[in-house]
Amino acid sequence: MGWFNRLKDGIQTATKYKREAPDGLWYKCRSCGETSTSKEMRENYFKCPKCTYHVRIGSGEYFDIIFDGEYKELFNELTSKDFLEFTDLKPYHERLVSAKKKTKLTDAISVASGNVNQLPLVVAAMDFSFIGGSMGSVVGEKIGLAIDHSLQSKTPFLMISKSGGARMMESAFSLMQMAKTSAKLTRLAKAGIPYFSMLTDPTTGGVTASFAMLGDINFAEPKALIGFAGPRVIKETIKRDLPEGFQTSEFLLENGFLDFIVDRADLKEKLTDLLTIFSIKNAS
Amino acid sequence: MVFLDFEKPLESLYEQLEKIKQVGAEGDLDVAPMVKELEDKIYTKRKEIYENLNGWQKVQLSRHPERPYTLYYIEQMCSKFVELHGDRYFKDDNAIVGGLGIIDGQTVIILGQQKGVNTKMRQFRNFGMANPEGYRKALRLMKMAERFNFPVVCLIDTPGAYPGIEAEERGQAEAIARNLFEMAKLEVPIVCCVIGEGASGGAIGIGLGDRVFMMENTWYSVISPESCSSILWRSWDYKEKAAEALKLTADHMYGFGLIDGIIKEPFGGAHNDPEQMATNLKKHIKKAIAELQIMTPEDRVETRIEKYSQMGQFDRVTVTEKSKKTAKS
Repeated sequence: MGWFNRLKDGIQTATKYKREAPDGLWYKCRSCGETSTSKEMRENYFKCPKCTYHVRIGSGEYFDIIFDGEYKELFNELTSKDFLEFTDLKPYHERLVSAKKKTKLTDAISVASGNVNQLPLVVAAMDFSFIGGSMGSVVGEKIGLAIDHSLQSKTPFLMISKSGGARMMESAFSLMQMAKTSAKLTRLAKAGIPYFSMLTDPTTGGVTASFAMLGDINFAEPKALIGFAGPRVIKETIKRDLPEGFQTSEFLLENGFLDFIVDRADLKEKLTDLLTIFSIKNAS
Repeated sequence: MVFLDFEKPLESLYEQLEKIKQVGAEGDLDVAPMVKELEDKIYTKRKEIYENLNGWQKVQLSRHPERPYTLYYIEQMCSKFVELHGDRYFKDDNAIVGGLGIIDGQTVIILGQQKGVNTKMRQFRNFGMANPEGYRKALRLMKMAERFNFPVVCLIDTPGAYPGIEAEERGQAEAIARNLFEMAKLEVPIVCCVIGEGASGGAIGIGLGDRVFMMENTWYSVISPESCSSILWRSWDYKEKAAEALKLTADHMYGFGLIDGIIKEPFGGAHNDPEQMATNLKKHIKKAIAELQIMTPEDRVETRIEKYSQMGQFDRVTVTEKSKKTAKS
């Protein structure tokens, strides 16, 4: 006989009474399982101090890493709307409200301009925490506006992709953002303004199949999941296991779709190198 | 004849009609009035069914096993056609066909996804699901069109780009992205038409153009209703609901301003009169090419990029008061 008798069967706590551990104290690594303090993580560019696993971070963190202190956020006035009145298990407009509340973001992308070691750069960075970083009309429009801003100010453009793909709740509007962003990028190319595309964990679907693969320079963070179709879909289609390391940054580098892989700690330096190299005009 | 589930009421009527005709042929019974009556009944029933098709029913029609595919339209529309193979880098993809053709005296590059007509051919065509080399073949042909100033015609009919290990290794995403980029700035006219299924990146990978049409009973969406159901409803059973929610029909797409026109299908779908369908398609393609040819290449490319730049639906809020909506876009 046990020492204690359970009076009721099963776990009785309703979900709404469950409390998560407060954010900001400890971080348990998804890769190696080691625990570190948040302070350690922040000081280490949000990489696990033990195994260098790159934790998913948001646009704000990237801006802090890349820019020299100050930067200016742009186009925050744009916000998604439920144009199709799309309802699955939950109406899209409700998903938008709760995503905004949860993330304190306006959508799955933020645009900012600032200096990187005194060299100007326009950056658009996606946020996975906002409906899986999915691309809807606002994401497409903000990328378009960021490109316009680069063109007008003759400033190189960096796109940091982090997305599950298209936002299904915007149906064909979301699909057309692939065409829209790609079409807009032709203008940067024509004007001879460099476009750097950085792919981070994860970058899949329509995002990979449009602007993310179109950089003059394509690069990624280590061990990021990058692909067109999701691994689950591929597995279900071909009905066999996927090889180890499939669809990782290293896999894409090996297959010739990335120029290099960059550790987050070296990101700013690498960008400075690129900006310096591109800023030197050929003597004619 | 193949009857889709919503066409089942027709099946018994057609069976009765056959029987009566047989009786008439065997004996000396005058069946003409009965035949007439049944035919009227069939006509009314068909009208009732086809004039009220919902999203899912149109998806089914777009996949009808007797529906004509790309090569049929090419044969019907082109007086001459030379099929060209291969992407020059890796191999030839049988899911995308293309080549040089003449449509009423106008040389064009015409290409599109091709599905198979029987089990063996369906496998050979990989069910119309292209690999990267298919998109790269398409691009090679389009660049050739640009060199020789031939308009490009793209016929879209795919359940999606193929999701496979090799497709990822060879850069499915890059191939589609590259096509979007190159098609946006291609100097010759591009006319596209969804002739069956227009699923996601696989469709738009050959679908960016000056004029994009959809046939009446086709669909165009970011995801198939089945996959949408499995992801958002976490079950395969909500495909009808997903088809409605995605607003994927030609009428919706035209209403949203995301396509430039709808091409009428013969009553009951393209397969009921493929020749008529090909005639309608050719008429639209010719008209679009004529309209586009009078523009300069610079104008055409600018107008094309502008058209896609306008696509999107969102609101604007004032940045200081994020919750308050002030203007609509």
